[in-house]
Amino acid sequence: MAQFRLPANSKIKPGKSFKAPAGAKDVRSFRIYRFDPETGENPRVDTYEVDMAACGPMVLDALIKIKNEIDPTLTFRRSCREGICGSCAMNIDGVNTLACTRACEDVKGDVKICPLPHMPVVKDLVPDLTNFYAQYASVKPWLQTRTPAPPDRERLQSKEDQEKIDRPSACILCACCSTSCPSYWWNGDRYLGPAALLAAYRWIIDTRDEATGERLDALEDPFKLYRCHTIMNCTEACPKDLNPARAIAEIKKLIAERRH
Amino acid sequence: MSLRSPMGRVLGLGSAKEGVGHWWMQRVSAVALVVLGLWFVSALLRLGDLSHAAVLAWIALPLNAVLLSLLIGTAVYHSQLGVQVVVEDYVTSHGLKVVTMLLLTFVHIVLAALGIFSVLRIAFGAVA
Repeated sequence: MAQFRLPANSKIKPGKSFKAPAGAKDVRSFRIYRFDPETGENPRVDTYEVDMAACGPMVLDALIKIKNEIDPTLTFRRSCREGICGSCAMNIDGVNTLACTRACEDVKGDVKICPLPHMPVVKDLVPDLTNFYAQYASVKPWLQTRTPAPPDRERLQSKEDQEKIDRPSACILCACCSTSCPSYWWNGDRYLGPAALLAAYRWIIDTRDEATGERLDALEDPFKLYRCHTIMNCTEACPKDLNPARAIAEIKKLIAERRH
Repeated sequence: MSLRSPMGRVLGLGSAKEGVGHWWMQRVSAVALVVLGLWFVSALLRLGDLSHAAVLAWIALPLNAVLLSLLIGTAVYHSQLGVQVVVEDYVTSHGLKVVTMLLLTFVHIVLAALGIFSVLRIAFGAVA
């Protein structure tokens, strides 16, 4: 059966508390999920008090401050700090999003931070995305053609056709959508998930691509595609404001269309 | 622990190359249920006299018997498609999944047979 409860070794225990330094003006508490597989201990939630008067506005700023000044063992991924690399995707205040574009100000009360839901945890806020990346690669996210490229120029595409792929191309593979999807939680080993399907859609509607039929063939499967029940969590979660749910619906429509 | 590559695991047994039939029929049966459901409710409301004898006489009319049989068949079919999705979603073990689907299919067929037989029995005058 799908697993609805955490296994015994994943149950969260209370953790340590780090008080704000004396004289702190604007204190906020960050309650952060901690897990270190090497200790063999259960995960816990540590509480860090941060003086926001001496901290940047975003959740990532606070995480970096905590790591630099309070607890260097805190582990998380980050890179660009401007919402384009997708590294710092995590669950903040119950919502999957990017720590670098989420303002602390927009969270009410304590800032609760967990890794992306329902993924194996490597350490603290770092999920194992191996399966997620393999799913992305499995949809062959590259141009496939039979017509050779013109010798003297690039493959041309009209402006209107380019506009169709503008939005889906903006996906940064942060995994916020797939890990917010209940269908992906229960069947993530077989359901490709919204991110991979959005990538597949991006190539299906690319007018330069000549493998549309093969791409649809590869997706027509009760598990790879049809686990999507239009729950819409993916679209709700996307920090780039993309619409994977709609892309999946369009794929289903194209597969239906070619039968009639 | 499996040493199979992540890509190997994702590709698995490949695409079943089906699913659109199920998806389409779920929608077709849903549309049919809206039409048949509206007919059923409005017909009963218009009937006025809801005594046992009056309803039996109403069911026995040929068009009503046919539409009622279709309503039962469509509802059962739609339910079968729906529970299949639920089982696929939540039952992970392959063996258990097949057994559950088998039992649910039998239950649905029995329900459809009972329902339609009951209507026909009234329609053909075996019940007065």
